[in-house]
This record gives sequence, C-alpha cells and structure tokens, in this order.
Amino acid sequence: MNDMLLDVRDLRVSFGPGKDAVTGLTLRARRGETVALVGESGCGKTLSALALAGLQPREAAVSGSAELGGVQLLGRTERQLRRIRGNLVSMVFQDASTALNPLMTVGAQIEEVMAIHGTHDRRARRKRSVELLAAVGVPDAANRARSHPHQLSGGMRQRVMIAIALAGSPDLVIADEPTTALDVTVQAQVLALLRESTRDAAVLFITHDMGVVAEIADQVVVMYAGTVVESGPIAEVLERPHHPYTAALLASVPDPDVPQAGELPTIPGRVPPLGERDAGCPFRDRCPKSQDRCRERPPLGPVAGGESAVACWYPEHGEGSSRTVEEATR
Amino acid sequence: MTTTPLVEARGLTKRYPVRTRTGKRILTAVDAVDIAVAAGQIVAVVGESGCGKSTTGRLLLALERPSEGTVTLQGRDLNRLSAAELRRSRRDIQPIFQDPYDSLNGRMRIRQILSEPARVHGIDPAKARSVHDLLDLVNLSPDYAERYPHELSGGQRQRVAIARAIALDPKFVVCDEAVSALDVSVQAQVVNLLRRLQRELGLAYLFISHDLALVRYLAHETAVMYLGKIVEQGPTETLFTDPRHPYTQLLLAAVPRPHLGSRLRRAEAAVAMGDLPSPLDRPAGCVFSTRCPLADDRCRTEEPALRPVGNGRTAACHYAETADVAA
Repeated sequence: MNDMLLDVRDLRVSFGPGKDAVTGLTLRARRGETVALVGESGCGKTLSALALAGLQPREAAVSGSAELGGVQLLGRTERQLRRIRGNLVSMVFQDASTALNPLMTVGAQIEEVMAIHGTHDRRARRKRSVELLAAVGVPDAANRARSHPHQLSGGMRQRVMIAIALAGSPDLVIADEPTTALDVTVQAQVLALLRESTRDAAVLFITHDMGVVAEIADQVVVMYAGTVVESGPIAEVLERPHHPYTAALLASVPDPDVPQAGELPTIPGRVPPLGERDAGCPFRDRCPKSQDRCRERPPLGPVAGGESAVACWYPEHGEGSSRTVEEATR
Repeated sequence: MTTTPLVEARGLTKRYPVRTRTGKRILTAVDAVDIAVAAGQIVAVVGESGCGKSTTGRLLLALERPSEGTVTLQGRDLNRLSAAELRRSRRDIQPIFQDPYDSLNGRMRIRQILSEPARVHGIDPAKARSVHDLLDLVNLSPDYAERYPHELSGGQRQRVAIARAIALDPKFVVCDEAVSALDVSVQAQVVNLLRRLQRELGLAYLFISHDLALVRYLAHETAVMYLGKIVEQGPTETLFTDPRHPYTQLLLAAVPRPHLGSRLRRAEAAVAMGDLPSPLDRPAGCVFSTRCPLADDRCRTEEPALRPVGNGRTAACHYAETADVAA
C-alpha cells in the first residue's frame, strides 16, 4: 500500500450522452490530510463527493476508481455500501437541522451508528456517545445527549453531526460546506474541531469560501464545470494561482484587512450548464485570457517550478506573489 | 451628511414572550438601540445569529411594533401613523431578504412581480418605473419579464428582488443578508449592483450582514450588536482599523481570510470567545462579560454605557480606551 490513504482517479459521473456532470476528478490524500474541493455551484463538487459515498442519484452512471486504504469505493452494491458508510466513509452536511432526525435524541443518533457497525453493548455505546459529544465541544454532554436537535443551536447541531461522522472512526470524512451556515465565531471553532478530530482520517472538504480553504486545507482542488482546472498545495494555490479561474475566485472576495475602492472584481457570465459544455476549455467564455487555442481542451499538467497542476494553455504566473517568473520556473 | 437623519431609531426595544420548560419568560431581542441612517448613506449592522440585527431591521421596516422606543422616517414616527399614512410611507422603505427562492412568488411572471408594487399602492402604471427600466437597472435583459422565478439562477432572482425593492423609488432599503446565499463570483456582481444603485438613486441602506469583509467594503457606518445591544458603533474605517470593544476585536479576528497566516490567530480568537449565552439569560453587568478575556468584577456587576471613545466612535466597555484582546 502506498502512503496515500485516499486515491481517486478519473472519477466520472454522467447523466447520459452529452450530460457528463463530472469529467475526470483525480485527487489523493494522506492520513491526516485535508483536501479542499473548491468551485461555484454547479461545478460538480457535491456530486463527486456523493459518488464517493455511493450516494449519487439513481440515474447517474459513475466510473473511474476511488480507493480508500486499498478498498475500492465505486461500483459497490447497496449491501456492501452499508458496511462502508459510517465505518470507512462518513459525511458531514451543510444543514444539520435537516440532516439530523428531529424525532431522535442526538445521543441516540450517535449510538445508532455504533450499533450498525458492531458495538452491541448498549452501555458502551451510551458511554462512547457522551465521550464523543464532549470531544466535539458540546458542554454538559451527558445531559445534551438526551436533547432533541431543535433544542440545540446551529453550532451545537453541527458539532453533533461531526460526532456522528466520527462515531465509526472512518478513514474518510467528506464534509460538504459544513460551516457555511454558521457564524464566523462558531465557524472558526468548528473548523478547529474538525482539524483536530480527523488526525487519523483523510478529509474531503467541499466549500466555495476561499477564507475557509485557507483555514483548513493542505491540498486544494479547484473544479469548474465538472472538471479539475487546478490542484496543488494550499500555499501555492492561494499565493500563486495558476488558472485564471482560481485567480478570479480569489480576487472576488474582499479582504477584511484592506480598504478597497472601486468595484469588486467579478467573473462575468456563468458556469455553462450540463448539455452546453463542449470539447474546449469550459472557462473560455468567461476568461480574460481566452484565445483560439482554448477551443481545444487543455490537459491537467504540472506547472513549471511548482507542485501544482493546471489545465490552462496560458496559466498565470505569480499572481499576488513576490516571486518573479524566473524564480518560479527555476 | 444632513443634520436630520432619514431614518432614526431611538431607545428601540423589542421583547417577545416565550415559553420555556420553566414557564413563560420574556426575551429581549433588541434593547435600547439608537441608530440613525442619513439619506444616501449605508449603515451596517453586524453580529452573530440571535444578536437582534434582523429584528432591528424588521422594526425599521415597521414590520414589527417596538415594545419601547421610536422609529422615525423623515421626522415622522412610523408607529403613530394611521394605517393609510403608514401604507403611504411603505413606498419609501423596502426590504431585500436573504433568500430569493422564498421571497419571490413562484406562480408569478417576473413582469407581474415587478409591476405589483405600483398596483398595490394604487399608482398609475404609466407613472411608475416600467418593468423594462427596472430590469435594465439591475442588468437583466428584457426577455426575463416573461419568465418565472424557477427559470432564473440565484443571482438573477436576487436581481429581481432588488428591482422590486426599488420599483417605487424608495429612500431607504433594508438589506438583510441580501447577498449571503450567493456564490462568491455572483455575490461580487450583486454587491457592485447594490453599490451602484445606492449612488445613482441616492438610496440609503441598512446593511445587515455577518460578512465583515463585505461590510468594510460597503458601509459608511457600522454598528456591532451583541445580545440585543449595540456594543460599538462608528465610521466603518475607524471601527475596522482600531476596534475598541473587545467583542469587535474578537469578531474581526475570527473572520476567515483568503490567505495563509491567520489560522492560529483565528482559532485562538474563536476559542477565547466560547459560546454565545442564551438571549434569555443575558449576563448581569456587561452583556459580553461571560466571554470577554478582560472581564473583571466591575464588568460582571456594572453595565457599561455606550459612550464616545474618540474618532466618532461609541463603545460600551469600561476599558474601551485600553482594550486589546486579539493582538
């Protein structure tokens, strides 16, 4: 086994001819590493994550390979998936108020995961669920375990979801916008918690918030219209984005530390919807650097002098960085 | 800046009766808030969920009656107007809410949605802004008039919500998390639009948001709310560069930043904050005393008044001059 815990190669999700929603996602993560999957709505991030957990819509065809510690996650039967989910792969969703069962106490929902995955001693389950709640920072955990979701704040509910996700000690935690609905203060706490509690797992963290990416990710994969346009180590992607889309995403967020005059930079147009995607670069209609050659799809290839990979014929050099082109390509 | 503000709230207080396990209690959502918005000015209200910022917005829109205090629009107390007068005043005050999926009627075409304000207020359609003009103002093509909301993207729907809000040429618009649900690139487009309309039409906004980076970009004045109270208020630039209330300092430190190097600072700020107390159990003394790293006995017993602390700011902290908790 190589040292990569999660190894996803050329993941594809299609809804039929001409409706390829994800066209080749490749990403890898070591144990304890967090990979951020970034992009706008409709770029295929959530669908990719659902496919990894075998939760894609029934009409979707999934292909490619996704190995977790040597175990293939794709193409499994529902029966096999039930063993994988919770045990090997777990998910944290954005909206804890709809993801939790309103009729069950939160303690019972954590215990349920353990019961399904083989902890048959009821008292052991109860003890462990209280421990987990305490570990995710729920105060007065023994009492809170008897609460129903509506009795908890949004931040507390999100902590409960994380406790449920961790209950089966999974190798892969998929977190889909887990902090988007939270206040910045609670968000910072939940991110710190997620970072600390997943030291033994790989985390796939889906978000469109570059501030959150900077906070939590080791690696970043930027998706656009179903395909990877850039991937690389966090420092390189944030400080020296190579793809014009990554650069534009970063520029469209105002910085709270700097006064900004004039209009905010925007990305004109929209993500091409399914069925309107062709064989060229999917970003070319919105790209300031687009040229004739962009009608041909650029392959995802390594950048000169860096660890990132980029799918662009005319990548940016050193955007926002003090490094010169010469240094960057040395 | 004019001497009489366009909209002014004084001593604004809203209490709700709530039922808890221990019986009926009173929740004070907004507590003695003073806030003024001058014509053409953007005032931001920031704070965590449950701090009372949305309730303040609803009170300024006269969607709720205050338990105490007044809201005046150009000197007229909105809660003392007759039903007919209030109805007339509603043309001047308009909301834009967070979710353009909930706030547009899915059974109406965009044309109907945009001509409804004039119809409701009995205005001759010939004298109101045309649907075509409204769509143009928010950068939507005229073809959208015949579409239904479900045919539009989130950003396009929010443009329609903005067009509806400005249909009757209001003076004051309350934007309650108006861009929070949008993707970043679309968010930047809508923010630019809001800013352009504010300048071109001379609108005043109350900009309610939890996004401090956007607030710094847009607002002239900023008020920070905590458990129903304004704890700090002042010109946005001053407030961001030299926050005086420990809560403002920690809130700013907790903002995610799209570059490396803030991780530790942010996590520390967040841990220092701990959890928001229930608005039903507001601490004695200073409302922030249970989470403030500087809190001492005085803070836990004596409530600090909102007082001037220099450079046009007011802060409600006994130690506002020296407080520095997020360095």
